[in-house]
Amino acid sequence: MIYSLCLVLILIGLYGVVTKKNIVKIVISLAIMEYGVNLFLILIGYRNNGVHPGIEESESFTHFLAHSVDPLPQALVLTSIVISLGMLALMVGMCIRLYERYGTFDITEIRRLRG
Amino acid sequence: MNNLIPLFVAIPLGIAFIIPMISRRIKGVAAFLGNVTMIGLSVMSLVSIGKSGMYHMGGWDTPIGIDLRLDGLSVLMLLSISIVGFAATLFSTRYMQSYTSRHRYYSLFLFMVAGMNGAVLAADIFNLYVFMEIASIASFALVAFGCGHEDLEAAFKYIVLGGVAATFVLFGIAIIYGVAGTLNMAHLAMKIGNKPLSNPLVFALGLFISGFGLKAAMVPFHSWLPDAHPSAPAPISAMLSGVLIKAIGVYVIARLLFNVFGITPRVSLVLQILGTLSMIVGVLLAIGQWDMKRLFAYHSISQVGYIIIGLGLGTPLGIVGALYHLVNHSVFKSLLFLNAGAVEYSTGTRNLKRLGGLYKTMPVAGSTSLIASMSIAGIPPFNGFWSKLIIIIACVMSGHYWLGAWAVLVSILTLASFLKVQRYGFFDSLKISVEQIKKTPPMMALAMILLAVLCVGMGFFVITGFDSPIIIGPAAESLLKGVFVL
Amino acid sequence: MEEGMSLVVKTVIRLLKGFILLFGVYITAYGHVTPGDGFAGGVIIACAFILIFLAEGKRDSMKTFGETAAREMSCIGGLIFLLTAFAGIGISGIFLKNFLPTKAAARFTLFSAGTIPICNIGVAVIVAASLYLVFSIMSSLHVIVKDDEEREMINRGEEIE
Repeated sequence: MIYSLCLVLILIGLYGVVTKKNIVKIVISLAIMEYGVNLFLILIGYRNNGVHPGIEESESFTHFLAHSVDPLPQALVLTSIVISLGMLALMVGMCIRLYERYGTFDITEIRRLRG
Repeated sequence: MNNLIPLFVAIPLGIAFIIPMISRRIKGVAAFLGNVTMIGLSVMSLVSIGKSGMYHMGGWDTPIGIDLRLDGLSVLMLLSISIVGFAATLFSTRYMQSYTSRHRYYSLFLFMVAGMNGAVLAADIFNLYVFMEIASIASFALVAFGCGHEDLEAAFKYIVLGGVAATFVLFGIAIIYGVAGTLNMAHLAMKIGNKPLSNPLVFALGLFISGFGLKAAMVPFHSWLPDAHPSAPAPISAMLSGVLIKAIGVYVIARLLFNVFGITPRVSLVLQILGTLSMIVGVLLAIGQWDMKRLFAYHSISQVGYIIIGLGLGTPLGIVGALYHLVNHSVFKSLLFLNAGAVEYSTGTRNLKRLGGLYKTMPVAGSTSLIASMSIAGIPPFNGFWSKLIIIIACVMSGHYWLGAWAVLVSILTLASFLKVQRYGFFDSLKISVEQIKKTPPMMALAMILLAVLCVGMGFFVITGFDSPIIIGPAAESLLKGVFVL
Repeated sequence: MEEGMSLVVKTVIRLLKGFILLFGVYITAYGHVTPGDGFAGGVIIACAFILIFLAEGKRDSMKTFGETAAREMSCIGGLIFLLTAFAGIGISGIFLKNFLPTKAAARFTLFSAGTIPICNIGVAVIVAASLYLVFSIMSSLHVIVKDDEEREMINRGEEIE
């Protein structure tokens, strides 16, 4: 059930990218889409009644394996957050430059390339 | 030999970090370091022809650790990336003189090369995603490098669509991890390969074809390419159209469908339909263009359609034709884009209506563009003829007569549009006065001649037989071995 | 006009910047034991520098710790990571191998887990420098044009207040 809520978040982001006219809103919708996918990836690693995957000093290894949630998707999500950080920084910089050149944030007016 | 494999990624990455630091102290060293790195990578790729191996990073064994795999197909892609990259850096030593911040250009270029090298060597899916993103983000910044009006607009469109594609791919990776529990390609092939796919895996496969298909510029996902490739500086257009759409687009689709999921008749049908659409739409939209680089960009879509059809046939001859056309297209399409760059450098315009008669005043650019146009149109004995012939024979031999007919028709239309380019651009009467045309500098001419020699020479790859050309044969074998075994 | 924000903000930031920086260094250095690794530590260190930038104003900050210094630090951070990876080849022949000795008794303390803390430090340096660079360039080296009159002034090359 919670996985379908993640899918709803991704679809909201996709709707924003496709429909919105302001380029800053397009960037924010893409960020929402990436949040949704990262959330989905973490939730894949969930185990019922699991504890967080940090091993204590007094804990035995088999006890840890039997009770913790999966730590691999958490490492994957860290990498994915860094990648989307780089892409968003680049996009926002491009928005600023586009405003300097065209004088508007409206994507229906930034259309010099046709055909 | 195995120790050489991580150096393909580590050396361009290291030099990309060193270049901004050094070029603050010594001027003009960035171009030198860029060229030397690409020469080194070409030598390393030539040394590793015919070898194969697997490298475990950090010493951790297969299911736990990250692997890098080198086999025939990886060697083919590494060769084409290094050689086309070397031609591009050679060309950009003079071409980029009119841009500022040249050291950042070479740094971003080497990041892109490192990302592409990592993507063709990666042996697990998440590493493939990370390297694909490194190459993509570097290419977004390179498309916008000139910071003019059209550069920024095209780059914004490219970055939004590329970001959506990357999100789709990550969603697919999440679903695959949930179903199979592992991300290593060999392990994954053991769990899901060659069995009928369950519904989540079909959804994941659809997401992968959409995401990587956007990077490969297949038809429903091609709309970023005609804006992004003309607006980039000419050597970057050559790299984008020549290697980037193949190293992180077509190569990944081939690797996932043949070696991990196992190819089935339904998936082949999807690839054949998408390939045919790409071929036809690309060439029909290209005929009416008057901007040289936009015309070449539309033809990239059409030729990638040929490659996808060859992969979608699934027969050994089809795969050989597809891979041969992949490397041929890298060479002649980058040569065409470098020619357009040389024409723009010398005359200041790319519009075919305002050019004419350049064959006498720019002999190097004229003759190499003639060679490249004959290659892409499929005229013997250049390399394009042989690869298109192999694909058409494979279509007919496997019973898809309509595909062969469409391929021949698209080839005739390609010939028509390149005759238009040659006539209006190079052979008509001179429209710009001779004094205004700058001479082509020797470095740019050398890069174009190198690629033209390769165009002619690669036509002789079929000497060892139609079904196993010189380097392409082992590459096709590594795809045809089927699903990976652990 | 005086640069930066009011005196209250400047005094508070001058008192706090050491603590925020120390917290970021703590998260980076203990990254192999507690949650958070080089990336999180780097973000917190970048936050400390960005707070100083906001409080002191564009002109003074770009003079003290400006664009070129941040670029150098980001290159150095990347090179730290790559040199650790190459040292793995030099010492034991495998890329990125964990070559510092770790004993089982030394787990959960600061000097365990081999080369991972060094990689954490490299990542923190490059992330902090890059985030600071993005923020400072976006706010101080680009002009947001308000209306057509200002655009005419830019096109003619005049200075805008």
